[in-house]
Amino acid sequence: MQLATREKIDNAAKLLFRMTGLMVIAILAGILLMLLWNTAAFFLKVKPFDFITGTQWNPSGSPAIYGMLPLLVSTSLVTFGAMCIAIPLGIGTASFLSDYAGKKLKSILKPAIEMLASVPSVAIGFLGIVVLGPGIAGMTGQSNGLNALNGAILLAIMSLPTIITVTQDALEGVPNAYKEASYSVGANRWQTLILVTIPAAAPGILAAIMLGVGRAIGETMTVLMATGNVSAFPKGFFHSVRTMTATIAIEMGEVPYQTTHYYGLFAIAAVLFLMTLLVNVVGEYFVNKYRKYQAA
Amino acid sequence: MIRKLTPVIEWGTLLLSTGLACFFLAIILWDLISKGAPSLSWEFISSSPTDGMTKGGILPAIIGTVLLTFITALVAAPFGICCAIYLNEYAVDNWLTRIIRASIRNLAGLPSIIYGLFGLALFVQGLQMGTSLLAAGLTLGLLSLPYIIITTEEALRRIPNRMREAALAVGATQLESIRDVVLPSALPGILTGLVLTLSRAAGETAPILFTGVAFYINKPAAYLNQEFMALPYHLYMLSTQHQAIEQVRPLAYGTALVLIIVVFFLNLSAFYIRYQHSKHE
Repeated sequence: MQLATREKIDNAAKLLFRMTGLMVIAILAGILLMLLWNTAAFFLKVKPFDFITGTQWNPSGSPAIYGMLPLLVSTSLVTFGAMCIAIPLGIGTASFLSDYAGKKLKSILKPAIEMLASVPSVAIGFLGIVVLGPGIAGMTGQSNGLNALNGAILLAIMSLPTIITVTQDALEGVPNAYKEASYSVGANRWQTLILVTIPAAAPGILAAIMLGVGRAIGETMTVLMATGNVSAFPKGFFHSVRTMTATIAIEMGEVPYQTTHYYGLFAIAAVLFLMTLLVNVVGEYFVNKYRKYQAA
Repeated sequence: MIRKLTPVIEWGTLLLSTGLACFFLAIILWDLISKGAPSLSWEFISSSPTDGMTKGGILPAIIGTVLLTFITALVAAPFGICCAIYLNEYAVDNWLTRIIRASIRNLAGLPSIIYGLFGLALFVQGLQMGTSLLAAGLTLGLLSLPYIIITTEEALRRIPNRMREAALAVGATQLESIRDVVLPSALPGILTGLVLTLSRAAGETAPILFTGVAFYINKPAAYLNQEFMALPYHLYMLSTQHQAIEQVRPLAYGTALVLIIVVFFLNLSAFYIRYQHSKHE
């Protein structure tokens, strides 16, 4: 082949590769635009203030009421519960893996955690119905155990692998000199872990937590199946709740296109988008801080 | 006193948390296998549901999930690999590249239900595809894209620069160096990432809820413009929406076990590719 043709092909390919890069921006912009467009259409009919502060979500009532506060509180409640379980367990497991476990034990535990990460959310939700639900019902005397606690435990299981993996990376990234300095002044392994390694890895651990929070907020099928889906204002962990994601999943299949209700579900998605964006940005801030510290 | 208690707290905390994490996995596997295995039979995976879903098998759902995953790969793999090549081989560090990278990270963090809404608005309604296998496949393709880009770029980054320079030095154009030298050596890494991403996509339910999945299709042969059945959605419907929930529970267990087997099989093949490759090096 002539050199000129080869160079032409080379340039064409370069252009194609760059186009795919630009397409990625276009996809994110497209998602953002879709959410904004439909949310704007919703806010023409319902006042934004009523939407954000309303304590009742009842789109099929007459008059229809679109207050997203109960959904937002449900999502926060379930996510908070999940993090209360997953953060201590995640940091504990990651510390064990990075500082205590031998090579052989590690080579068994690592794949086990990867396996846990790959279990589909719908399978976890199913176990929430058939195992955890009856268990909670037995302990509390309710008719079924489909409530916020159930969802929180399941979400904790789902976000554990992420938190463990990222925290372990952060702990193992702490320079050995730090630990050696701690040992040399007479600290034992536990004191070194608590007083030196974990504080030094704190930005990385915070990034791990943010990733876990992001996953818990956006998870749909698990909470849809396990939390009972009662759209009343949430009263606590032992009551049924209905999160933002579950509301979209249930109602989007039933609403006619281009109605206020339809637009309202996109408005919920827009709030969800903002929440995950915020969590990701905070996480990224900590990751960058952690990188800088590692380079130093 | 405190000194004596420290080892107890130390090992107690660490072993308890690690043990609980493993306990969760053990419960999941034990429950699904012990209760799902009795429903598994050749008939279960080779026949269609009958008698209002209370009997029969899940063949259409298996076919649907396989086809859907296949379309996802066709959509996301070429696109994602090209984008990763651009980022790792061509792009310089400027504002445009930084925006592309930030977009990828944000796309990776988006809840899957938002992809479902996007697929509904763009493919089903905007492009008039209707609820169909194609619309759902495209939606899952978009969802998988950021993961494929991230894993492919990581695989490309591991190829040492001297290999690129050697190809350029003997007169290859940049494209030829990428095609004949960089991509072949990065292939195992790219494949590992692709298969892991697909195993994730195969288990996703939320993005296909409004874009094409159906509870029952009487013709198992799926066409691109038709609705289809899928394993995760089938499990969801059997366990929450069926009229005779207790009666179909064995079927739900069987479906869950088949789904887990499909996902774990994909994962194991990814680990196998990685293992073979690491042995090679």
